[in-house]
Amino acid sequence: MNDQRPLIIIIAIVLVSVVLLTKLFLIQVADDSFLRRAERNAIQRVVDHPYRGLVYDRTGKIMVYNNPIFDLMVIPREFSVKDTARFCDLFQISKEQLIEAYTSARKYSAVKPSPLKKQISTTEFARIQDYLIDYPGLFVMTRAVRSYPQPSSANALGYIGEISARQLERDTLRYYRQGDYVGLSGIEGFYEPELRGIKGVKYRMVNVRGVDKGAFKNGEYDTASVAGHNLTSTIDLELQQYGEMLMAGKRGSVVAIEPKSGEVLAMISAPSYDPNILTGAKFGANYMELNQDESKPLFNRPIMAMYPPGSIFKIVQSLVGLQMGVLSPNTTYSCNRSLVACHNHPNPVNLFGAVKYSCNPYYHQAYRAMINREVSRSTFKDTEIGLNAWREYVVKFGLGGPLGIDLYNEKGGSIPSSNLYDRIYGPGRWKYSTIYSLSIGQGEMLVTPLQMANLAAIFANKGYYYPPHLVKAIDGDPNKIPQRFRTRMDVGVDAQHFDLIQDAMAEAIYGTAARAAINDITIAGKTGTAQNPQGEDHSVFIAFAPKDDPKIAIAVYVENAGWGGRAAASTASLMIEKYLRGEITRPALEEYVLAGKFM
Amino acid sequence: MRQDDLYINKIDWLTITIYALLVIMGWFNIYAAVYDEQAAKSIFDFSINSGKQLVWIGTALLLITIIMVADYRLFENLSWILYIVLLVLLIITPFIGKEVKGQVLSIGFGSFRIQPSEFAKFTTALALAKFMERPSLDLTKFKYQIQVLTIIFIPIILIMLQPDTGTAMVYTAFFIMLYREGMPQRYYVLGLTIITISLLALGIENNFYIVIGVVVVVLILILLGKKKFSRILAFSILGAVTIVYTYSLDYVVSKLPEHQQNRIMVLFNPDLDPLGVGWNVTQSKIAIGSGGFAGKGYLEGTQTKFDFVPEQHTDFIFCTLGEEFGWLGSLVVIFLFCALLIRLVFLAERQKNRFSRIYGYSVISILLFHFMINIAMTIGLFPVVGIPLPFFSYGGSSLWSFTILLFIFIKLDSHRIQLLGRMK
Repeated sequence: MNDQRPLIIIIAIVLVSVVLLTKLFLIQVADDSFLRRAERNAIQRVVDHPYRGLVYDRTGKIMVYNNPIFDLMVIPREFSVKDTARFCDLFQISKEQLIEAYTSARKYSAVKPSPLKKQISTTEFARIQDYLIDYPGLFVMTRAVRSYPQPSSANALGYIGEISARQLERDTLRYYRQGDYVGLSGIEGFYEPELRGIKGVKYRMVNVRGVDKGAFKNGEYDTASVAGHNLTSTIDLELQQYGEMLMAGKRGSVVAIEPKSGEVLAMISAPSYDPNILTGAKFGANYMELNQDESKPLFNRPIMAMYPPGSIFKIVQSLVGLQMGVLSPNTTYSCNRSLVACHNHPNPVNLFGAVKYSCNPYYHQAYRAMINREVSRSTFKDTEIGLNAWREYVVKFGLGGPLGIDLYNEKGGSIPSSNLYDRIYGPGRWKYSTIYSLSIGQGEMLVTPLQMANLAAIFANKGYYYPPHLVKAIDGDPNKIPQRFRTRMDVGVDAQHFDLIQDAMAEAIYGTAARAAINDITIAGKTGTAQNPQGEDHSVFIAFAPKDDPKIAIAVYVENAGWGGRAAASTASLMIEKYLRGEITRPALEEYVLAGKFM
Repeated sequence: MRQDDLYINKIDWLTITIYALLVIMGWFNIYAAVYDEQAAKSIFDFSINSGKQLVWIGTALLLITIIMVADYRLFENLSWILYIVLLVLLIITPFIGKEVKGQVLSIGFGSFRIQPSEFAKFTTALALAKFMERPSLDLTKFKYQIQVLTIIFIPIILIMLQPDTGTAMVYTAFFIMLYREGMPQRYYVLGLTIITISLLALGIENNFYIVIGVVVVVLILILLGKKKFSRILAFSILGAVTIVYTYSLDYVVSKLPEHQQNRIMVLFNPDLDPLGVGWNVTQSKIAIGSGGFAGKGYLEGTQTKFDFVPEQHTDFIFCTLGEEFGWLGSLVVIFLFCALLIRLVFLAERQKNRFSRIYGYSVISILLFHFMINIAMTIGLFPVVGIPLPFFSYGGSSLWSFTILLFIFIKLDSHRIQLLGRMK
């Protein structure tokens, strides 16, 4: 017998143990990839979606809320039905639907829940609630969708939708995940960070078949979701809806602003749509349809449509002229129609008359005086210097660039500078006769309805404005809105110059815009007609009222409705009355606007 | 000192202590493996496997008592009878047993079922001890080698018919005992060489590298030794045989049933099919690997609780330990097994008669094989073969058979003085 052999066997035993322990050390201690794979296996990260913030109007009426919808869910393995007919009757589902839904649920997973019937109404849920207990494997899952009690303010409120790949890429903080819903436009889009709240995370343990096995470490790492902030909108829902009613069947914009604060009281884009159709499961199909609609209901006209301001711009010209010292209340020009067309009115006119009668030749001559100050011997150079100096004044009126409203995609319009004409005609190749259309708000000049409403507010305030905005408070606190909406912007024109203009605007109501006049309420306004090369001109009117203590400033655009004194002035007048008086005393005018036959 | 003559004082309490530790740790791990937080049941609940295992442990204690109070000569005298009874049971199992997943492993009535292949381990061990007891039996002689191998291979063949390759493989462990008893060393060198070449052949995709390796080794062997023609010829033939073997192995493997083929291939590359054949090994490694140094804590193992590893309370019980107690837990259990086996070698060596020693080495052989292969398969060092971890795994047949196996030896050891006289 070989005496070494027991020793060799002992060595073999030790060797086996050492090999096993070494391998175990390698996978247990030296390599942590198995730990991560184990977590991927058994720990599921479940996001607890926060309750999105609500939106109220300025009077406290709810505009946007979260509507719970109920899905009837089934866990196939636990589910059994003895009396199918009774079940179908109770849950109001046809036998075919039941079989189809159950089969597809079974195919997906026997132990994970699948929907048996989607989007049960609240009333139906209340009815079936008591029967659920009789059917194991059946439960109701609640989801929230955005809902709008009034089918109003669609373009201002915007909508939420699934986050796009590009947005995900830009989300450097990695807050969002594929499939998250985010505000895509309107208030929903701009105030996304305030509205969304903070997601919570729950770590759930699942077994090999995906069945939930409770909280990981008793929820030690779980975080609760934090509901989003509620917003108070500046919109007066009643006024907004009234405006929408007036604009029904028309194309155009109405923007009403509280002059003292820059709060947007109403912002109507016509045609519009019921915001409820862009929620939940119907989003995709309805969005497609709206997007292809040639009347462009998704196009937010008040901030995106740009028109030449037309005659309304004459008020700005007057103020700039006064401030430059080129014009004085006594400056008189003759209504020389060889320069530019006009209509019958007393002749010649001073500045007051020019505003009141909207005299085109007056502004042609006044603008020349503003532009050609004879600072250069070259008339070309002189015009260039003059235009740029003039532009400095004009852009302070919130023109030529976005006002910075709390909405994305706001357009800024255009106030041309010398660069533009240099590009079109070449430097030194244009002079006043090239650009004189600007004098009466035509030519290479574009403004948005929002900028027009803001102009009305500036005239009401005699020289300052607060950038228009749609949200006045976050969680009831007005100091939480962006600072710029609380910063007064002065247009650099002395307040005294506005007195004359205000008076002229008030007089103009009885001249060019007689339909706008309201008993007991002094309105100051100005009509305009935006020339439209594609068809009928657009009817434009801006106004504020009451003249002595302005509460509302408004701009109305009605596309293809011709002269501003009819469609736009009538609509604006009704809006003003509605807002200031709360009721309409002129049913005939209301009917006239609703009928929409302005031509 | 008459007291010392009482066999009760000769019992090796160290072995029994290790046995008890392993059984108790196993029981706790079985509870962890079937533990469900949401329907938390007591470890004693008879509706779950830990409760049932308690019954097996209780009955195992009964078996231990019977073995310890029985006459120590009984086992020796019954060796052949027990061997033959178990062979008969193995023969009839396929006919009267219950088929589960294409295998017929157990016989019995109702819920009381036993696996004869488990119990045949100790009867074969007894039969071998009895047969090899004669001092005249010389394992270097071909005649005796054949006789011994016959005793081993009859149960192997019968178990292969069930078919249960894993359990059948266990019987090859007797070669460890045969090594101690003088089986020529060259067999083992040859065997290990074949295993090494087989692993290389299967593990290395391109057989050409093996051919180069074999040629190099043969050349070195020829150049190192005497340059005699017969020697050169012998080595050349050996090399040629190796190369032929390498190629034929690939062929044979390709002819194996697919599930066996997969088990072999997955050993070399578990990521080959992580959701299919590789599932067990992959999940087992994830469970053990995720335990880290000190483990996740008792009943805290997510992989364990949530059924990611199949067969977790039986063959893959080591996963529970690895996950919940980490490397330290593995160290403790492996240390206990190692200590038990080494202790048994000492016990076997102190026997004064051949029967006890041979039986002792048989016990060592079987326990070592189970210990090595079971843990190796859970950590991907060996193909998945369905054999339990002794004393640890859930199951009556396995716990009983290992208990009987071990305690017969403890009984024999405690009577080593009385058995002295028969040593020649």
